[in-house]
Amino acid sequence: MPSSFRRLDEPGRQWIQVQIDGQTVRVAAGETVAAAILASGIQSCRTTPLSGQPRAPFCMMGVCFECLMEVDGTPNRQTCQIPVKEGMQIRRQLGRGRGYI
Amino acid sequence: MAHHQLVIIGGGPAGLAAATTAANAGVECLLIDEQASPGGQVYRAITDIPPQRAKLLGPDYQYGRMLVEDFNASKAIHQPSTTVWSLDAQREIGILHNNQAALLRADRVIIATGAMERPVPFAGWTLPGVMTAGAGQILLKSAGIVPNNGVVVAGSGPLLLLLAWQYMHAGVTINAIVDLSPKRNFWTALPHLPRALLAYHYLIKGLKYQLELKKAGVPFYSGVADLCALGKESIEAVEFTHNGGRKRIETPLLMSHFGVIPDSHLSRSTGCHHYWSPSQLCWRATIDPWSNSSIEGIAVIGDSAGIGGAVAARHAGRLAGLESAHLLGCIGSKERDEKAHQDRRWLAEDLHVRPFLEALFRPAPNLLAEPENDTLICRCEEITAGTIRQAIEDGHRDPNQIKFLTRCGMGPCQGRQCDNAISQLVAHELGNDIEKNEGYRIRPPIRPLTIEQLADLHEAGEAK
Ligand SMILES: Cc1cc2nc3c(=O)[nH]c(=O)nc-3n(C[C@H](O)[C@H](O)[C@H](O)COP(=O)(O)OP(=O)(O)OC[C@H]3O[C@@H](n4cnc5c(N)ncnc54)[C@H](O)[C@@H]3O)c2cc1C
Ligand code: FES
Repeated sequence: MPSSFRRLDEPGRQWIQVQIDGQTVRVAAGETVAAAILASGIQSCRTTPLSGQPRAPFCMMGVCFECLMEVDGTPNRQTCQIPVKEGMQIRRQLGRGRGYI
Repeated sequence: MAHHQLVIIGGGPAGLAAATTAANAGVECLLIDEQASPGGQVYRAITDIPPQRAKLLGPDYQYGRMLVEDFNASKAIHQPSTTVWSLDAQREIGILHNNQAALLRADRVIIATGAMERPVPFAGWTLPGVMTAGAGQILLKSAGIVPNNGVVVAGSGPLLLLLAWQYMHAGVTINAIVDLSPKRNFWTALPHLPRALLAYHYLIKGLKYQLELKKAGVPFYSGVADLCALGKESIEAVEFTHNGGRKRIETPLLMSHFGVIPDSHLSRSTGCHHYWSPSQLCWRATIDPWSNSSIEGIAVIGDSAGIGGAVAARHAGRLAGLESAHLLGCIGSKERDEKAHQDRRWLAEDLHVRPFLEALFRPAPNLLAEPENDTLICRCEEITAGTIRQAIEDGHRDPNQIKFLTRCGMGPCQGRQCDNAISQLVAHELGNDIEKNEGYRIRPPIRPLTIEQLADLHEAGEAK
Protein backbone atom coordinates (compact mmCIF):
# COMPACT_ATOMS: atom_id res chain seq x y z
CA MET A 1 0.00 0.00 0.00
CA PRO A 2 1.39 3.46 -0.83
CA SER A 3 2.27 5.69 2.11
CA SER A 4 -0.50 8.05 3.26
CA PHE A 5 2.04 10.83 3.77
CA ARG A 6 4.95 12.29 1.85
CA ARG A 7 7.68 14.81 2.56
CA LEU A 8 7.52 18.02 0.53
CA ASP A 9 10.39 18.40 -1.90
CA GLU A 10 12.49 20.93 -0.04
CA PRO A 11 16.06 21.81 -0.87
CA GLY A 12 18.59 21.23 1.88
CA ARG A 13 16.88 18.43 3.78
CA GLN A 14 19.41 16.43 5.78
CA TRP A 15 18.90 12.69 5.99
CA ILE A 16 19.80 10.25 8.73
CA GLN A 17 19.27 6.54 9.31
CA VAL A 18 17.26 4.91 12.05
CA GLN A 19 16.13 1.35 12.71
CA ILE A 20 12.39 0.75 12.71
CA ASP A 21 11.53 -2.76 13.93
CA GLY A 22 15.02 -3.83 12.89
CA GLN A 23 14.87 -2.35 9.39
CA THR A 24 17.11 0.51 8.34
CA VAL A 25 15.04 3.49 7.25
CA ARG A 26 16.16 6.86 5.91
CA VAL A 27 14.37 9.72 7.67
CA ALA A 28 14.73 13.51 7.69
CA ALA A 29 16.81 15.09 10.44
CA GLY A 30 14.82 17.33 12.75
CA GLU A 31 11.49 15.56 12.46
CA THR A 32 9.96 13.72 15.39
CA VAL A 33 9.87 9.93 15.60
CA ALA A 34 6.08 9.99 15.09
CA ALA A 35 6.46 12.16 11.98
CA ALA A 36 9.17 9.83 10.64
CA ILE A 37 6.95 6.80 11.20
CA LEU A 38 4.06 8.38 9.29
CA ALA A 39 6.26 9.57 6.44
CA SER A 40 7.78 6.09 6.18
CA GLY A 41 4.36 4.60 5.44
CA ILE A 42 4.00 2.79 8.75
CA GLN A 43 0.32 2.79 9.57
CA SER A 44 0.17 1.98 13.22
CA CYS A 45 2.78 2.59 15.88
CA ARG A 46 1.33 0.35 18.57
CA THR A 47 -1.51 -1.92 19.61
CA THR A 48 -3.61 -1.32 22.70
CA PRO A 49 -2.90 -3.38 25.83
CA LEU A 50 -6.56 -4.30 26.30
CA SER A 51 -7.95 -5.46 22.98
CA GLY A 52 -4.93 -5.23 20.69
CA GLN A 53 -6.43 -2.55 18.43
CA PRO A 54 -3.94 -0.84 16.12
CA ARG A 55 -3.36 2.83 16.91
CA ALA A 56 -1.40 5.67 15.31
CA PRO A 57 -0.35 9.21 16.27
CA PHE A 58 -3.51 11.32 16.61
CA CYS A 59 -2.71 14.80 17.96
CA MET A 60 1.04 15.26 17.32
CA MET A 61 1.13 17.74 20.22
CA GLY A 62 1.53 15.54 23.26
CA VAL A 63 -2.03 15.28 24.55
CA CYS A 64 -3.41 11.95 23.27
CA PHE A 65 -0.60 9.45 24.02
CA GLU A 66 -1.47 7.35 20.99
CA CYS A 67 2.09 7.66 19.66
CA LEU A 68 3.71 5.56 22.40
CA MET A 69 6.55 3.38 21.09
CA GLU A 70 9.74 1.76 22.26
CA VAL A 71 12.70 4.05 21.59
CA ASP A 72 16.25 2.89 22.27
CA GLY A 73 14.95 0.17 24.55
CA THR A 74 12.59 2.34 26.60
CA PRO A 75 8.89 1.62 26.10
CA ASN A 76 6.05 4.15 26.36
CA ARG A 77 7.98 7.03 24.82
CA GLN A 78 5.79 9.80 23.45
CA THR A 79 7.22 9.78 19.96
CA CYS A 80 5.53 12.97 18.74
CA GLN A 81 7.77 14.82 21.22
CA ILE A 82 11.08 13.10 20.45
CA PRO A 83 13.31 14.14 17.53
CA VAL A 84 14.91 11.34 15.52
CA LYS A 85 18.62 10.66 16.05
CA GLU A 86 21.14 8.82 13.89
CA GLY A 87 21.04 5.11 14.71
CA MET A 88 17.96 5.36 16.90
CA GLN A 89 16.26 2.02 17.58
CA ILE A 90 12.51 2.43 17.20
CA ARG A 91 10.04 -0.39 17.78
CA ARG A 92 6.29 -0.66 17.50
CA GLN A 93 4.84 -1.19 20.94
CA LEU A 94 2.61 -4.22 21.15
CA GLY A 95 0.37 -4.18 24.21
CA ARG A 96 1.51 -2.69 27.48
CA GLY A 97 5.01 -1.38 27.98
CA ARG A 98 6.57 -0.67 31.33
CA GLY A 99 4.13 1.30 33.51
CA TYR A 100 4.23 4.96 34.31
CA ILE A 101 3.28 6.42 37.63
CA MET B 1 16.44 24.74 44.83
CA ALA B 2 16.80 27.14 41.91
CA HIS B 3 14.70 30.25 42.41
CA HIS B 4 13.38 32.82 39.93
CA GLN B 5 11.42 36.01 40.23
CA LEU B 6 9.11 35.01 37.43
CA VAL B 7 8.61 31.70 35.65
CA ILE B 8 6.48 31.57 32.51
CA ILE B 9 5.24 28.20 31.30
CA GLY B 10 4.64 28.05 27.54
CA GLY B 11 6.44 29.72 24.62
CA GLY B 12 3.55 30.70 22.35
CA PRO B 13 2.54 34.32 21.65
CA ALA B 14 1.12 34.70 25.19
CA GLY B 15 4.20 33.42 27.01
CA LEU B 16 6.70 35.14 24.70
CA ALA B 17 4.96 38.52 25.04
CA ALA B 18 4.70 38.16 28.83
CA ALA B 19 8.38 37.23 29.17
CA THR B 20 9.60 39.99 26.87
CA THR B 21 7.50 42.66 28.60
CA ALA B 22 8.44 41.57 32.11
CA ALA B 23 12.14 41.20 31.29
CA ASN B 24 12.23 44.62 29.61
CA ALA B 25 10.71 46.09 32.76
CA GLY B 26 13.57 44.62 34.81
CA VAL B 27 12.13 41.33 36.04
CA GLU B 28 14.43 38.31 36.17
CA CYS B 29 12.46 35.68 34.29
CA LEU B 30 12.65 32.19 32.91
CA LEU B 31 10.45 30.87 30.10
CA ILE B 32 9.98 27.10 30.08
CA ASP B 33 8.61 25.46 26.97
CA GLU B 34 8.12 21.90 25.86
CA GLN B 35 8.98 22.66 22.25
CA ALA B 36 12.55 22.79 20.98
CA SER B 37 12.12 26.32 19.60
CA PRO B 38 9.88 29.25 20.56
CA GLY B 39 6.55 30.00 18.85
CA GLY B 40 3.88 27.84 20.47
CA GLN B 41 1.22 26.13 18.36
CA VAL B 42 0.52 29.00 16.02
CA TYR B 43 4.13 29.91 15.22
CA ARG B 44 5.55 26.39 15.66
CA ALA B 45 9.07 26.00 14.19
CA ILE B 46 9.11 29.65 13.07
CA THR B 47 12.84 30.07 13.74
CA ASP B 48 14.06 27.13 11.71
CA ILE B 49 11.47 26.66 8.99
CA PRO B 50 12.67 26.53 5.35
CA PRO B 51 11.44 29.69 3.50
CA GLN B 52 9.49 27.70 0.90
CA ARG B 53 7.44 25.98 3.62
CA ALA B 54 6.92 29.22 5.55
CA LYS B 55 5.37 30.74 2.43
CA LEU B 56 2.80 27.95 2.24
CA LEU B 57 1.61 28.79 5.74
CA GLY B 58 0.53 32.33 4.88
CA PRO B 59 1.44 35.84 6.10
CA ASP B 60 -0.06 35.49 9.62
CA TYR B 61 2.47 32.78 10.38
CA GLN B 62 5.42 34.99 9.48
CA TYR B 63 4.41 37.50 12.14
CA GLY B 64 5.69 35.08 14.76
CA ARG B 65 9.24 35.88 13.74
CA MET B 66 9.02 39.41 15.14
CA LEU B 67 7.63 38.12 18.40
CA VAL B 68 10.54 35.72 18.75
CA GLU B 69 13.10 38.38 17.79
CA ASP B 70 11.78 40.69 20.52
CA PHE B 71 11.94 37.84 22.99
CA ASN B 72 15.51 36.94 21.99
CA ALA B 73 16.55 40.58 22.34
CA SER B 74 15.22 40.68 25.93
CA LYS B 75 17.02 39.36 28.99
CA ALA B 76 14.48 36.60 29.56
CA ILE B 77 16.07 33.14 29.76
CA HIS B 78 14.70 30.47 27.43
CA GLN B 79 14.56 26.87 28.59
CA PRO B 80 13.28 24.82 25.63
CA SER B 81 12.55 21.09 25.39
CA THR B 82 11.44 21.14 29.01
CA THR B 83 8.10 19.91 30.32
CA VAL B 84 6.40 21.17 33.44
CA TRP B 85 4.78 18.21 35.22
CA SER B 86 3.67 19.91 38.42
CA LEU B 87 2.93 23.30 39.89
CA ASP B 88 1.51 23.85 43.35
CA ALA B 89 -0.03 26.81 45.14
CA GLN B 90 3.36 27.59 46.75
CA ARG B 91 4.75 27.94 43.22
CA GLU B 92 7.05 24.95 43.39
CA ILE B 93 7.50 23.76 39.83
CA GLY B 94 8.40 20.24 38.71
CA ILE B 95 10.21 20.09 35.38
CA LEU B 96 11.58 17.37 33.13
CA HIS B 97 14.48 18.05 30.78
CA ASN B 98 16.63 15.45 29.04
CA ASN B 99 15.02 12.69 31.10
CA GLN B 100 16.05 14.48 34.29
CA ALA B 101 13.35 15.66 36.70
CA ALA B 102 14.01 18.70 38.88
CA LEU B 103 12.23 21.20 41.11
CA LEU B 104 12.41 24.97 41.12
CA ARG B 105 10.56 27.80 42.74
CA ALA B 106 9.33 31.25 41.69
CA ASP B 107 7.90 34.39 43.26
CA ARG B 108 5.35 34.50 40.48
CA VAL B 109 4.24 32.04 37.81
CA ILE B 110 2.43 32.72 34.56
CA ILE B 111 0.71 29.74 32.95
CA ALA B 112 0.65 30.11 29.16
CA THR B 113 0.18 26.51 28.07
CA GLY B 114 -2.17 27.36 25.20
CA ALA B 115 -4.88 25.24 23.71
CA MET B 116 -5.51 21.72 22.48
CA GLU B 117 -8.08 20.57 19.99
CA ARG B 118 -11.51 19.72 21.39
CA PRO B 119 -11.66 15.92 21.52
CA VAL B 120 -14.98 14.75 20.05
CA PRO B 121 -15.58 11.01 20.09
CA PHE B 122 -17.23 9.60 16.96
CA ALA B 123 -17.44 6.11 15.51
CA GLY B 124 -14.04 5.09 14.19
CA TRP B 125 -12.05 8.00 15.65
CA THR B 126 -9.40 5.65 17.00
CA LEU B 127 -8.55 4.08 13.62
CA PRO B 128 -5.05 4.71 12.27
CA GLY B 129 -5.38 7.33 9.54
CA VAL B 130 -7.80 9.41 11.61
CA MET B 131 -5.99 12.39 13.08
CA THR B 132 -6.78 15.91 14.17
CA ALA B 133 -6.42 18.84 11.79
CA GLY B 134 -3.94 20.31 14.25
CA ALA B 135 -1.84 17.16 13.89
CA GLY B 136 -1.87 17.66 10.13
CA GLN B 137 -0.78 21.22 10.60
CA ILE B 138 2.01 20.28 12.98
CA LEU B 139 3.32 17.74 10.45
CA LEU B 140 3.30 20.46 7.82
CA LYS B 141 4.83 23.22 9.94
CA SER B 142 7.51 21.26 11.74
CA ALA B 143 8.41 18.57 9.20
CA GLY B 144 7.03 19.54 5.78
CA ILE B 145 5.01 16.32 5.72
CA VAL B 146 1.66 16.27 3.89
CA PRO B 147 -0.97 13.72 2.81
CA ASN B 148 0.19 11.70 -0.18
CA ASN B 149 -2.99 10.14 -1.52
CA GLY B 150 -5.69 12.57 -0.55
CA VAL B 151 -7.36 13.54 2.68
CA VAL B 152 -10.84 14.38 3.97
CA VAL B 153 -10.98 17.26 6.43
CA ALA B 154 -14.10 17.26 8.60
CA GLY B 155 -15.57 19.15 11.52
CA SER B 156 -15.95 22.82 12.24
CA GLY B 157 -13.84 25.85 13.05
CA PRO B 158 -11.41 28.27 11.43
CA LEU B 159 -8.42 25.94 11.76
CA LEU B 160 -10.12 23.38 9.51
CA LEU B 161 -10.39 25.83 6.64
CA LEU B 162 -6.90 27.16 7.25
CA LEU B 163 -5.43 23.66 7.03
CA ALA B 164 -7.37 22.90 3.83
CA TRP B 165 -6.15 26.16 2.32
CA GLN B 166 -2.54 25.44 3.29
CA TYR B 167 -2.83 21.90 1.89
CA MET B 168 -4.22 23.24 -1.37
CA HIS B 169 -1.18 25.47 -1.75
CA ALA B 170 1.10 22.54 -0.98
CA GLY B 171 -0.49 20.57 -3.84
CA VAL B 172 -2.34 18.09 -1.63
CA THR B 173 -5.48 16.43 -3.01
CA ILE B 174 -8.40 17.26 -0.74
CA ASN B 175 -11.05 14.57 -1.26
CA ALA B 176 -13.67 16.63 0.58
CA ILE B 177 -14.25 19.33 3.15
CA VAL B 178 -17.04 18.13 5.41
CA ASP B 179 -18.60 20.87 7.53
CA LEU B 180 -20.28 19.54 10.64
CA SER B 181 -21.46 22.86 12.07
CA PRO B 182 -25.26 22.74 12.15
CA LYS B 183 -26.85 25.02 9.55
CA ARG B 184 -28.95 26.75 12.21
CA ASN B 185 -25.70 28.08 13.74
CA PHE B 186 -25.82 30.80 11.13
CA TRP B 187 -28.98 32.22 12.70
CA THR B 188 -27.74 32.03 16.26
CA ALA B 189 -24.50 33.68 15.17
CA LEU B 190 -26.21 36.48 13.24
CA PRO B 191 -26.97 38.75 16.22
CA HIS B 192 -23.20 38.76 16.96
CA LEU B 193 -22.30 39.79 13.44
CA PRO B 194 -22.42 43.59 13.86
CA ARG B 195 -19.91 43.38 16.71
CA ALA B 196 -17.76 40.89 14.77
CA LEU B 197 -17.57 43.36 11.89
CA LEU B 198 -15.40 45.51 14.15
CA ALA B 199 -12.76 42.83 13.60
CA TYR B 200 -13.79 42.25 9.99
CA HIS B 201 -10.34 41.15 8.77
CA TYR B 202 -10.96 37.75 10.38
CA LEU B 203 -14.20 37.34 8.48
CA ILE B 204 -12.62 38.38 5.20
CA LYS B 205 -9.84 35.86 5.70
CA GLY B 206 -12.34 33.05 6.29
CA LEU B 207 -14.31 33.96 3.18
CA LYS B 208 -11.15 34.18 1.12
CA TYR B 209 -10.08 30.68 2.14
CA GLN B 210 -13.51 29.33 1.33
CA LEU B 211 -13.74 31.02 -2.06
CA GLU B 212 -10.27 29.92 -3.11
CA LEU B 213 -10.95 26.33 -2.09
CA LYS B 214 -14.27 26.28 -3.94
CA LYS B 215 -12.66 27.84 -6.99
CA ALA B 216 -10.04 25.10 -6.97
CA GLY B 217 -12.89 22.59 -7.18
CA VAL B 218 -12.54 21.07 -3.72
CA PRO B 219 -15.84 19.27 -2.91
CA PHE B 220 -17.67 20.93 0.01
CA TYR B 221 -20.40 19.26 2.07
CA SER B 222 -22.14 21.46 4.60
CA GLY B 223 -24.81 20.81 7.18
CA VAL B 224 -23.42 17.33 7.69
CA ALA B 225 -24.19 14.98 10.62
CA ASP B 226 -23.35 11.47 11.87
CA LEU B 227 -19.75 11.35 10.72
CA CYS B 228 -18.00 8.01 11.04
CA ALA B 229 -14.69 6.56 9.95
CA LEU B 230 -14.75 3.04 8.53
CA GLY B 231 -11.96 0.54 8.13
CA LYS B 232 -10.28 -2.48 9.71
CA GLU B 233 -6.57 -1.98 10.29
CA SER B 234 -6.80 1.68 9.26
CA ILE B 235 -9.35 4.06 7.81
CA GLU B 236 -10.70 3.21 4.36
CA ALA B 237 -13.66 5.57 4.04
CA VAL B 238 -15.77 8.17 5.81
CA GLU B 239 -19.54 8.13 5.88
CA PHE B 240 -21.92 10.91 6.86
CA THR B 241 -25.47 12.15 6.49
CA HIS B 242 -25.90 14.92 3.92
CA ASN B 243 -29.14 16.28 2.46
CA GLY B 244 -31.08 13.45 4.02
CA GLY B 245 -28.96 10.62 2.54
CA ARG B 246 -25.81 8.74 3.55
CA LYS B 247 -22.69 9.66 1.63
CA ARG B 248 -19.52 7.54 1.52
CA ILE B 249 -16.10 8.81 0.46
CA GLU B 250 -13.07 6.54 0.17
CA THR B 251 -10.01 8.08 1.81
CA PRO B 252 -6.75 6.91 3.40
CA LEU B 253 -6.78 9.88 5.81
CA LEU B 254 -9.32 11.86 7.80
CA MET B 255 -8.35 15.00 9.66
CA SER B 256 -11.06 16.08 12.05
CA HIS B 257 -11.36 19.26 14.02
CA PHE B 258 -14.01 20.69 16.34
CA GLY B 259 -12.40 23.88 17.55
CA VAL B 260 -9.88 24.31 20.35
CA ILE B 261 -10.23 24.38 24.14
CA PRO B 262 -7.79 25.54 26.83
CA ASP B 263 -5.08 23.07 27.79
CA SER B 264 -6.16 23.47 31.40
CA HIS B 265 -4.53 20.46 33.04
CA LEU B 266 -1.75 22.50 34.61
CA SER B 267 -3.95 25.34 35.86
CA ARG B 268 -6.55 22.90 37.18
CA SER B 269 -3.91 20.86 39.00
CA THR B 270 -2.91 23.93 41.04
CA GLY B 271 -6.42 24.04 42.48
CA CYS B 272 -7.18 27.57 41.29
CA HIS B 273 -10.83 28.26 40.55
CA HIS B 274 -12.29 27.23 37.17
CA TYR B 275 -15.77 27.48 35.69
CA TRP B 276 -17.57 25.83 32.77
CA SER B 277 -17.93 28.23 29.86
CA PRO B 278 -21.26 27.63 28.11
CA SER B 279 -20.17 29.54 24.99
CA GLN B 280 -16.75 27.88 24.58
CA LEU B 281 -17.93 24.55 26.02
CA CYS B 282 -14.86 23.99 28.18
CA TRP B 283 -13.38 24.61 31.63
CA ARG B 284 -11.81 28.05 32.00
CA ALA B 285 -9.72 29.50 34.81
CA THR B 286 -11.39 32.37 36.65
CA ILE B 287 -9.10 35.37 36.15
CA ASP B 288 -9.15 39.12 36.81
CA PRO B 289 -8.42 41.78 34.14
CA TRP B 290 -4.66 41.25 34.69
CA SER B 291 -5.08 37.49 34.28
CA ASN B 292 -4.40 36.76 37.96
CA SER B 293 -5.98 33.47 39.01
CA SER B 294 -7.67 32.81 42.35
CA ILE B 295 -4.28 31.66 43.73
CA GLU B 296 -1.88 34.38 44.84
CA GLY B 297 1.11 34.64 42.52
CA ILE B 298 -0.26 32.49 39.69
CA ALA B 299 -1.65 34.03 36.50
CA VAL B 300 -3.22 32.19 33.52
CA ILE B 301 -2.99 33.85 30.10
CA GLY B 302 -3.63 33.34 26.41
CA ASP B 303 -5.55 30.37 25.09
CA SER B 304 -4.89 28.41 28.28
CA ALA B 305 -7.29 30.80 30.02
CA GLY B 306 -9.94 30.74 27.29
CA ILE B 307 -9.83 30.73 23.51
CA GLY B 308 -9.04 34.15 22.05
CA GLY B 309 -6.49 33.32 19.35
CA ALA B 310 -2.91 34.39 18.73
CA VAL B 311 -3.36 38.17 18.70
CA ALA B 312 -5.41 38.26 21.89
CA ALA B 313 -2.88 35.92 23.49
CA ARG B 314 -0.07 38.37 22.71
CA HIS B 315 -1.92 41.33 24.26
CA ALA B 316 -2.94 39.35 27.33
CA GLY B 317 0.71 38.31 27.64
CA ARG B 318 1.91 41.91 27.66
CA LEU B 319 -0.66 42.87 30.27
CA ALA B 320 0.36 39.98 32.51
CA GLY B 321 4.04 40.87 32.02
CA LEU B 322 3.35 44.43 33.17
CA GLU B 323 1.32 43.23 36.15
CA SER B 324 4.15 40.91 37.21
CA ALA B 325 6.68 43.72 36.86
CA HIS B 326 4.45 45.85 39.06
CA LEU B 327 3.82 43.23 41.73
CA LEU B 328 7.52 42.36 41.83
CA GLY B 329 8.34 45.98 42.52
CA CYS B 330 9.97 46.88 39.18
CA ILE B 331 7.37 49.43 38.04
CA GLY B 332 4.70 51.48 39.81
CA SER B 333 0.99 51.11 39.21
CA LYS B 334 0.87 54.33 37.19
CA GLU B 335 3.51 53.14 34.76
CA ARG B 336 1.80 49.74 34.52
CA ASP B 337 -1.54 51.31 33.71
CA GLU B 338 -0.09 53.71 31.15
CA LYS B 339 1.79 50.98 29.35
CA ALA B 340 -1.22 48.69 29.49
CA HIS B 341 -3.58 51.18 27.92
CA GLN B 342 -2.99 50.33 24.25
CA ASP B 343 -2.87 46.57 24.75
CA ARG B 344 -6.10 46.62 26.70
CA ARG B 345 -7.80 48.46 23.85
CA TRP B 346 -6.37 46.16 21.18
CA LEU B 347 -7.28 43.11 23.22
CA ALA B 348 -10.90 44.24 23.50
CA GLU B 349 -11.02 45.04 19.78
CA ASP B 350 -9.60 41.69 18.82
CA LEU B 351 -12.07 39.79 20.99
CA HIS B 352 -15.08 41.37 19.23
CA VAL B 353 -15.09 38.55 16.70
CA ARG B 354 -15.21 35.75 19.27
CA PRO B 355 -18.96 35.54 20.13
CA PHE B 356 -19.74 35.31 16.41
CA LEU B 357 -17.14 32.60 15.77
CA GLU B 358 -18.16 30.67 18.88
CA ALA B 359 -21.80 30.61 17.77
CA LEU B 360 -21.03 29.91 14.11
CA PHE B 361 -18.69 26.99 14.77
CA ARG B 362 -20.42 25.57 17.84
CA PRO B 363 -20.42 21.78 17.48
CA ALA B 364 -23.87 20.16 17.31
CA PRO B 365 -25.11 19.40 20.84
CA ASN B 366 -25.79 15.74 20.05
CA LEU B 367 -22.24 15.32 18.75
CA LEU B 368 -20.90 16.24 22.17
CA ALA B 369 -23.49 14.80 24.52
CA GLU B 370 -25.03 11.84 22.73
CA PRO B 371 -22.34 9.55 21.34
CA GLU B 372 -23.52 6.09 20.21
CA ASN B 373 -23.25 3.41 22.88
CA ASP B 374 -20.42 1.57 21.12
CA THR B 375 -18.30 4.69 20.48
CA LEU B 376 -15.09 4.74 22.53
CA ILE B 377 -15.05 7.72 24.89
CA CYS B 378 -11.79 6.85 26.64
CA ARG B 379 -9.28 5.99 23.94
CA CYS B 380 -6.65 4.78 26.41
CA GLU B 381 -8.72 2.38 28.52
CA GLU B 382 -11.16 1.58 25.69
CA ILE B 383 -14.30 2.59 27.58
CA THR B 384 -17.45 3.03 25.50
CA ALA B 385 -20.27 5.53 25.93
CA GLY B 386 -22.50 2.56 26.74
CA THR B 387 -20.34 1.59 29.75
CA ILE B 388 -20.50 5.15 31.02
CA ARG B 389 -24.27 5.31 30.57
CA GLN B 390 -24.52 2.06 32.54
CA ALA B 391 -22.44 3.57 35.35
CA ILE B 392 -24.75 6.58 35.44
CA GLU B 393 -27.78 4.32 35.48
CA ASP B 394 -26.22 2.43 38.40
CA GLY B 395 -26.31 5.66 40.36
CA HIS B 396 -22.87 7.17 39.80
CA ARG B 397 -23.31 10.87 39.56
CA ASP B 398 -20.09 12.62 38.67
CA PRO B 399 -17.11 12.17 36.36
CA ASN B 400 -14.74 11.37 39.22
CA GLN B 401 -16.91 8.54 40.53
CA ILE B 402 -17.28 7.18 37.02
CA LYS B 403 -13.54 7.36 36.58
CA PHE B 404 -12.88 5.19 39.64
CA LEU B 405 -15.57 2.75 38.66
CA THR B 406 -14.82 2.30 34.96
CA ARG B 407 -11.15 3.43 34.67
CA CYS B 408 -12.32 6.00 32.11
CA GLY B 409 -9.68 8.74 32.14
CA MET B 410 -7.07 6.67 34.01
CA GLY B 411 -4.88 5.81 31.02
CA PRO B 412 -1.67 7.49 29.87
CA CYS B 413 -3.42 10.62 28.53
CA GLN B 414 -4.73 11.22 32.06
CA GLY B 415 -8.20 12.05 30.84
CA ARG B 416 -7.22 14.78 28.39
CA GLN B 417 -9.15 13.13 25.58
CA CYS B 418 -12.31 12.15 27.51
CA ASP B 419 -12.58 14.88 30.14
CA ASN B 420 -14.87 17.23 28.21
CA ALA B 421 -16.88 14.44 26.64
CA ILE B 422 -17.56 12.89 30.06
CA SER B 423 -18.64 16.20 31.56
CA GLN B 424 -21.10 16.74 28.73
CA LEU B 425 -22.35 13.17 28.57
CA VAL B 426 -23.02 13.04 32.33
CA ALA B 427 -24.80 16.41 32.37
CA HIS B 428 -26.91 15.35 29.41
CA GLU B 429 -27.87 12.00 30.94
CA LEU B 430 -28.75 13.56 34.29
CA GLY B 431 -30.35 16.61 32.69
CA ASN B 432 -28.39 18.96 34.93
CA ASP B 433 -25.76 21.66 34.89
CA ILE B 434 -22.19 20.63 33.95
CA GLU B 435 -20.79 22.91 36.62
CA LYS B 436 -22.63 20.95 39.32
CA ASN B 437 -20.94 17.70 38.37
CA GLU B 438 -17.36 19.00 38.46
CA GLY B 439 -14.78 17.89 35.90
CA TYR B 440 -12.06 15.35 36.58
CA ARG B 441 -9.91 16.36 39.52
CA ILE B 442 -6.45 16.82 38.02
CA ARG B 443 -3.48 15.79 40.15
CA PRO B 444 0.23 16.03 39.49
CA PRO B 445 2.25 14.75 37.78
CA ILE B 446 0.29 16.15 34.83
CA ARG B 447 2.80 14.60 32.43
CA PRO B 448 4.06 11.05 32.77
CA LEU B 449 7.18 10.49 34.80
CA THR B 450 8.93 7.19 35.23
CA ILE B 451 9.70 5.89 38.67
CA GLU B 452 13.41 6.22 37.83
CA GLN B 453 12.98 9.88 36.95
CA LEU B 454 11.16 10.56 40.17
CA ALA B 455 13.73 8.64 42.22
CA ASP B 456 16.48 10.72 40.61
CA LEU B 457 14.63 13.95 41.31
CA HIS B 458 16.96 16.64 42.44
CA GLU B 459 16.57 20.24 43.36
CA ALA B 460 17.98 21.66 40.21
CA GLY B 461 20.87 23.98 40.22
CA GLU B 462 21.74 23.33 36.60
CA ALA B 463 18.15 23.65 35.42
CA LYS B 464 18.75 27.35 35.76
C1 LIG C 1 -2.53 22.17 17.09
C2 LIG C 1 -2.96 23.60 17.05
C3 LIG C 1 -2.67 24.39 15.92
C4 LIG C 1 -3.03 25.72 15.87
N1 LIG C 1 -2.74 26.45 14.76
C5 LIG C 1 -3.12 27.75 14.67
C6 LIG C 1 -2.84 28.54 13.53
O1 LIG C 1 -2.24 28.06 12.57
N2 LIG C 1 -3.25 29.82 13.50
C7 LIG C 1 -3.92 30.37 14.56
O2 LIG C 1 -4.25 31.55 14.51
N3 LIG C 1 -4.18 29.65 15.66
C8 LIG C 1 -3.81 28.36 15.74
N4 LIG C 1 -4.12 27.63 16.86
C9 LIG C 1 -4.82 28.27 17.97
C10 LIG C 1 -3.79 28.68 19.02
O3 LIG C 1 -4.18 28.12 20.24
C11 LIG C 1 -3.62 30.17 19.20
O4 LIG C 1 -3.71 30.90 18.03
C12 LIG C 1 -2.27 30.54 19.85
O5 LIG C 1 -1.27 29.61 19.55
C13 LIG C 1 -2.45 30.69 21.32
O6 LIG C 1 -1.25 31.16 21.87
P1 LIG C 1 -0.80 30.80 23.34
O7 LIG C 1 0.46 31.52 23.58
O8 LIG C 1 -1.93 31.03 24.27
O9 LIG C 1 -0.55 29.23 23.34
P2 LIG C 1 0.34 28.29 22.39
O10 LIG C 1 0.77 28.97 21.18
O11 LIG C 1 -0.42 27.03 22.26
O12 LIG C 1 1.64 28.02 23.27
C14 LIG C 1 1.64 27.20 24.40
C15 LIG C 1 3.00 26.59 24.57
O13 LIG C 1 3.06 25.98 25.85
C16 LIG C 1 3.73 24.75 25.73
N5 LIG C 1 3.28 23.90 26.85
C17 LIG C 1 2.04 23.41 27.08
N6 LIG C 1 2.03 22.66 28.20
C18 LIG C 1 3.29 22.68 28.69
C19 LIG C 1 3.92 22.09 29.82
N7 LIG C 1 3.23 21.34 30.71
N8 LIG C 1 5.25 22.31 30.00
C20 LIG C 1 5.96 23.07 29.13
N9 LIG C 1 5.41 23.66 28.04
C21 LIG C 1 4.10 23.46 27.83
C22 LIG C 1 3.33 24.24 24.38
O14 LIG C 1 4.26 23.29 23.90
C23 LIG C 1 3.34 25.53 23.56
O15 LIG C 1 4.60 25.77 23.01
C24 LIG C 1 -3.74 26.29 16.96
C25 LIG C 1 -4.03 25.51 18.08
C26 LIG C 1 -3.66 24.18 18.14
C27 LIG C 1 -3.99 23.38 19.35
S1 FES D 1 0.39 11.90 18.91
FE1 FES D 1 -0.81 12.58 20.56
S2 FES D 1 0.62 12.48 22.19
FE2 FES D 1 1.82 11.98 20.49
